[in-house]
Amino acid sequence: MAATALSKKKTTKSQKAPPKKKQKNEFFSTKHTATKELSDHSDTEDEEIVQNEDSEGDIGGSDSVSELSSDGDKPFTDDFLQGSEEDEEKGSGSKSGSGSDSDSDSDEYDIEKKSRAIDEERAREEQEADEEMQLNIKEESDEFRLPTKEELEEESERPPDLPSIQRRIKEIVRVLTNFKNLKQEGAPRKDYIEQLKKDLASYYGYNDFLIGALVEMFPVVELMELIEAFEKPRPMCLRTNTLKTRRRDLADVLINRGVNLDPLSKWSKVGLVVYDSQVPIGATPEYMAGFYMLQSASSFLPVMALAPQEKDRVVDMAAAPGGKTTYIAALMKNSGIIFANEMKPQRLNSLTANLHRMGVTNTIVSNYDGKQLPKVLGLNSVDRVLLDAPCSGTGVISKDESVKTSKSLEDIQNCAHLQKQLILAAIDMVDANSKSGGYIVYSTCSMMVAENEAVIDYALKKRDVKLVPCGLDFGCPGFIRFREQRFHPSLEKTRRFYPHVHNMDGFFVAKLKKMSNKKPNVDPSDPPENTEEGTRLAENEEEGTRLAKEEVGLSQSVKENSKRERTKLTKEKQDSSDGATGNGNVESLSTASKWKKRKFPSKEDVSKAREEKRQALRAEKRKKSIWRKDEWPCLS
Amino acid sequence: MRPLDESETTIVFGKLFKFVGNNLKNIVGQNPSHEGPDSNPGGYCFRLQKNKVYYVSEALVKRATTIARPNLVSLGTCIGKLTHGGSVHLIVQSLNLLASNAKHKVWLKPTSEMSFLYGNHVLKSALGRITENIAPGDGVVVFSMSDVPLGLGIVAKSTQDCRKLDPNGIVVLHQADIGGYLRMEDEL
Repeated sequence: MAATALSKKKTTKSQKAPPKKKQKNEFFSTKHTATKELSDHSDTEDEEIVQNEDSEGDIGGSDSVSELSSDGDKPFTDDFLQGSEEDEEKGSGSKSGSGSDSDSDSDEYDIEKKSRAIDEERAREEQEADEEMQLNIKEESDEFRLPTKEELEEESERPPDLPSIQRRIKEIVRVLTNFKNLKQEGAPRKDYIEQLKKDLASYYGYNDFLIGALVEMFPVVELMELIEAFEKPRPMCLRTNTLKTRRRDLADVLINRGVNLDPLSKWSKVGLVVYDSQVPIGATPEYMAGFYMLQSASSFLPVMALAPQEKDRVVDMAAAPGGKTTYIAALMKNSGIIFANEMKPQRLNSLTANLHRMGVTNTIVSNYDGKQLPKVLGLNSVDRVLLDAPCSGTGVISKDESVKTSKSLEDIQNCAHLQKQLILAAIDMVDANSKSGGYIVYSTCSMMVAENEAVIDYALKKRDVKLVPCGLDFGCPGFIRFREQRFHPSLEKTRRFYPHVHNMDGFFVAKLKKMSNKKPNVDPSDPPENTEEGTRLAENEEEGTRLAKEEVGLSQSVKENSKRERTKLTKEKQDSSDGATGNGNVESLSTASKWKKRKFPSKEDVSKAREEKRQALRAEKRKKSIWRKDEWPCLS
Repeated sequence: MRPLDESETTIVFGKLFKFVGNNLKNIVGQNPSHEGPDSNPGGYCFRLQKNKVYYVSEALVKRATTIARPNLVSLGTCIGKLTHGGSVHLIVQSLNLLASNAKHKVWLKPTSEMSFLYGNHVLKSALGRITENIAPGDGVVVFSMSDVPLGLGIVAKSTQDCRKLDPNGIVVLHQADIGGYLRMEDEL
């Protein structure tokens, strides 16, 4: 009977309205066991509704029973709305109380009572099972515990269990995104981040330094996207050589050969992206005829920022293998002149081969260290300079996985030092008064702030340059501040590119305009440097002229001496200034002061030495003339 | 970097004459160059650097003088190498210059382009078109059917003889081809 009643009632379960549910809950709890505390859960509510209806049906069907039972049962009538308050009071009573009610029923309905009791038991068990399940789920999801030291030691002994590490990474990311609510008691954020760093390092194969640097730069969710993007290669791109063909024609020819390609993006008119190809894309006759160049999309950017005009004088300071140089030549339509420089002789072959293959005729290739270029080509002599600086390569991990493990803090600092020297050399070569330019573009394929924003900030302090917009609007602006460093606010005009945002290699581009050819050092130590240099130069020149005037007979040799010394001094000044500017700002202060102290005595020494030399020469001259006089009597 | 001296000049011009004939005056003469940042373009000239002959515009030459000899790698277009024996080998980079001025041309069939690009000589079966009145020993520029210059060669037989030749006979001896950019990148 109870079973059929149950099934009948279950169909009407859904029709019951929520307000009635609540009262039924109380109704049920008073009649049967005290399951009131579970009224929160919808599942148990449903169960309760069923049971309520069941009990209701029973009660409706057997009113006589309730009348026959003790007074305690009186409130359990059809009109249970009235009895709800009383039910509450009753419900607060213990289980045993309600149990005793059922026990006190007459024997006639013992079987019914028994079956009801069995139903109650079953219902109770089901509820408790549900509760447990809910509790268990809650426990598992809420309390992600950081592994303790013992667990970590255990793990390090076993071979790394990749799926569990990945799960743990996902869990930590989830916790970190909602840290207040989901964190474990007593675990600071730092612990979570440390564990995440270790897991990422072991799962993806990074060394500690690089993972630490990336964690500092990106929020956690973006960091995961970035690392995932590094695992996949970027699509291969090629650039049409506009000296020889047009993009449309090239695309037609390549499609005929069986290459699946598309125009690159709306920001490039010469780029094509290759999805797949039946023929080797680097060995088609069109490639060999110089119709296109295989390049990554990010390499287009610095040349587009540079925007060389026709008849410009351009220097490319680190040109190999020549993708950017040939692009510059194509934009200039083979006019003007390009100085392509490359320091490593092994890479020169590919540079010259690419230049010739693409039909570039206005280029001079040289093999110098970039820092010496201003001396060779002259200061203030060219219109534009492109410096694609040698860097740590942290943006191109998708091309070269060894970067993950081989870079350390020292490497980054060495790179940054070299880049600072190179950018000053680049700025010195540009003529600020040139009609069509005065621009320097600095780019790296790295994402480290020390190699990008810090170098530009250094250049802004050391030379009279200012940042201008690159013309690449679709990038992310550079950092103005990073942890404890504060940069010049115009650094937001630089652009950063990321693999997970732009589907390109990690890249940084900055465009500087040289305002004047002076070197207005802003550091407090440097103005005395300047004045000192100025005075010394003036003094040297004075001395030189004085010497020339006084000594007519021996003026030649003295002049040469003075000239040599002057040039030596100027060279020293240049070298020391190069050295001073080569170091960081802090270092330059100390070297400048040292340099000052060193030079003062030497200047006086030099003048003294010169006086002595002059006197010695005069004495010799007198001696010689006396000697000749003596000779005559002998001869005669 | 120095200008070519008498003997070298005659050798180089002689070799070029084989390929371009009377168009030599276009190359050597006052061909207005659009290179260089000056507004009045000078002509082109030849320079020698480390046994390689370069064809450069005068404006570039002026500016390249500041670069020391051990550090200067290349200027303008390299067109050939001087050998110990005193002759000059034209190399593939000269193709751009020669193709526009070539006197005699040979066109290859599409199926046999790749064979030439691997460095093989041109057989009669590969010939698509050939200009008239070629004397044996002449220089010729090899094109593909779509007028893409593929390389340089020396003709082995005259045009008349070519017609009578059997399909496996060699028509053009291979001198240089653009496949060299991939095969011989180090030697360029």
